[in-house]
Amino acid sequence: MNEALLSVRNLRTYFDSEDGVVKAVDDVSFDLQRGETLGIVGESGSGKSVTNLSVMRLIPEPPGRIVSGEILFNGQDLLTLTADDMRRIRGKRIAMIFQDPMTSLNPFMRISRQLMEITELHLGYSRARARAHAIEMLQRVGIPDAAARVDSYPHEFSGGMRQRVMIAMALSCEPELLIADEPTTALDVTIQAQILELIKRLKEETGTSVILITHDLGVVAGLTDHIIVMYAGKVFERAPTRKLFTTPANPYTKGLLRSVPDPAHEHGRELYQIPGLPPDVARLPPGCPFAPRCARAEELCRREFPPLVQLAPDHYSLCHFAEAVYAESLRERDARNQSGIGPAVKQGAEMDLSNESR
Amino acid sequence: MLTEQIRPAGNGAEKLLDVRDLRVHFDLGGGTFWDRVAGGKAARRIVKAVDGVTLAVRAGETLGLVGESGCGKSTFGRAILRLVEPTGGQVVFRGRDLARLSKEEMRRERRHLQMIFQDPYASLNPRMTVRDIIAEPLETFGLARGREADERVRELMRRVGLSPRFIKRYPHEFSGGQRQRIGIARALALHPDLIVADEPISALDVSIQAQIMNLLQRLQREFKLTYLFISHDLRAVRHMSDRIAVMYLGRIVELAEARAVYEEPLMPYTKALISAVPVPDPEIEARRRRIVLEGDVPSPINPPSGCRFRTRCPYAIADCAAVVPPLVEIKPRHFAACIRISPEEPHIERVAASSAPGLKFVAAANGA
Repeated sequence: MNEALLSVRNLRTYFDSEDGVVKAVDDVSFDLQRGETLGIVGESGSGKSVTNLSVMRLIPEPPGRIVSGEILFNGQDLLTLTADDMRRIRGKRIAMIFQDPMTSLNPFMRISRQLMEITELHLGYSRARARAHAIEMLQRVGIPDAAARVDSYPHEFSGGMRQRVMIAMALSCEPELLIADEPTTALDVTIQAQILELIKRLKEETGTSVILITHDLGVVAGLTDHIIVMYAGKVFERAPTRKLFTTPANPYTKGLLRSVPDPAHEHGRELYQIPGLPPDVARLPPGCPFAPRCARAEELCRREFPPLVQLAPDHYSLCHFAEAVYAESLRERDARNQSGIGPAVKQGAEMDLSNESR
Repeated sequence: MLTEQIRPAGNGAEKLLDVRDLRVHFDLGGGTFWDRVAGGKAARRIVKAVDGVTLAVRAGETLGLVGESGCGKSTFGRAILRLVEPTGGQVVFRGRDLARLSKEEMRRERRHLQMIFQDPYASLNPRMTVRDIIAEPLETFGLARGREADERVRELMRRVGLSPRFIKRYPHEFSGGQRQRIGIARALALHPDLIVADEPISALDVSIQAQIMNLLQRLQREFKLTYLFISHDLRAVRHMSDRIAVMYLGRIVELAEARAVYEEPLMPYTKALISAVPVPDPEIEARRRRIVLEGDVPSPINPPSGCRFRTRCPYAIADCAAVVPPLVEIKPRHFAACIRISPEEPHIERVAASSAPGLKFVAAANGA
């Protein structure tokens, strides 16, 4: 009996390129429970987007191909479905939103038509019912004066509003799973805050499970239950959100967390930096792909691929020294707790703004 | 006396760049033929991207300029170098008003002020080798050529963390972070005094952002540079800057030391901006309450009258639509443009309903 809504098992998605086979996703596994939000964090080339395009079966073939693995959605392996069956799931039971709303909105079609098309197709709504539903969806995502604006074209909306329209489209059929790929990266911070609040609220209202893909650790911190950190097509760490932030067990995760500027630091202080460049996935070294950039890498790391080490029932890290890194994080956490202040509490963001929010 | 209080001038330190009342307006055309002939402006559309900005950059400091897209921060940076032409105002740099220089004079002056761009993919000529990209300014200004230029290029590459082995390569052979290093090396080639860095880390991966910020800070010490650091990323601006100016729809709305802007912001807009930044800490994210601003930034074509933030401001009153708030020194060295606060009561939450103590500065500013 599989409880998870989505269960990805040993997924490998490769691309053929001039430089040889690019293992964009290489043996990735994770579970997503119903009603849960999973964050997938990684830099460019980490494989985070390809993982989710694989789930949606949207990998362009050729040059891409899903080499092996299982993608169990409600226990059914999506990789065994026919293209037609998959089309019935996509948009209806699994929906996706992208960084740039214009990739999914047709610039020549009125918003109304684009929203109605989905429910007419997937749910068999009549025109009148589909139209009423379209207006209701726009209201739910916070488009003011929705009844009047439903017949607008996408260009008549601002970037933040387009992102809302795309979310309305994605949620039209009440999907069981929403995949959001960098949904706020192109937006300003105040608009990003609006969209993140919206996703959070809609998730609570509808019970939809969410996969949130981002490079921004700040975005996932407030919104997710679990996080997986990807690097070079592999899952480097997988943990509940709080554990990942307080006791990371992978040097790459630790490095990422430390390289974000802390507003409490005085100006001029050097930031922690991960040396080197994100990996060229077509030319990975034989051992750990992060070894060339890792401060604690030893000869072993350059020679042998690291094991996936389990540190707690739901905490895994891909590292030869995962236990040592984890122990170090635990010590650092205890030291912070003893000093009474977490590093976070000092941050400017902690100032009391609550009475101003209403 | 009041004018002194109102003008956000340098605090004793030497001003390297002194921008006064800078305006950059773009005429989008529009209006009918007769409107244009008769000088009517019925449907004429003018974008006031920068609309009366007064700002001084002190020698050796990093001044951060932060704001959302469309606020005019990039246009401001470009207008300083005359990459876009100012519509009005002065840009005094090393004692000369750049806005009044001839094209040729300006070209010579650019030796002393350089720019780093957001998109290292777009700002480097793909058909030029790294050597030619970095050497071009040296050769243009006749400072070095041939072997000597090669040697200078190698030295610059080392200084920005690029291996001189790559001197013959083309931009496409480099990653985003490396390309940004090439852009930085080119900007440094002429030993400028001031570098305008326009979103220099926004297009880069997280792990690379820290590298570039560290590099910029190290180069600042080594080359005694002054930076105008333009970004929408508050965390980065806070980390990089000595002082921060916050821009909204073409105007500076707050200016203070970086720590003060981040920890004790005065303007409702700045507060909202800071509260909107996601913090990479689940404990904080769970507890904090965001100030979520309603709506979008209004169009700069027809900006709201008076205070431009009033349409989204939870503290706006009728007077806010009537008067343009001047930038006033509310606390020592902490300037804000809001008529609802004053040196007597800088906390807008505590200001009595419909009270606008700042109105007295409006008359003073207009008279000045």
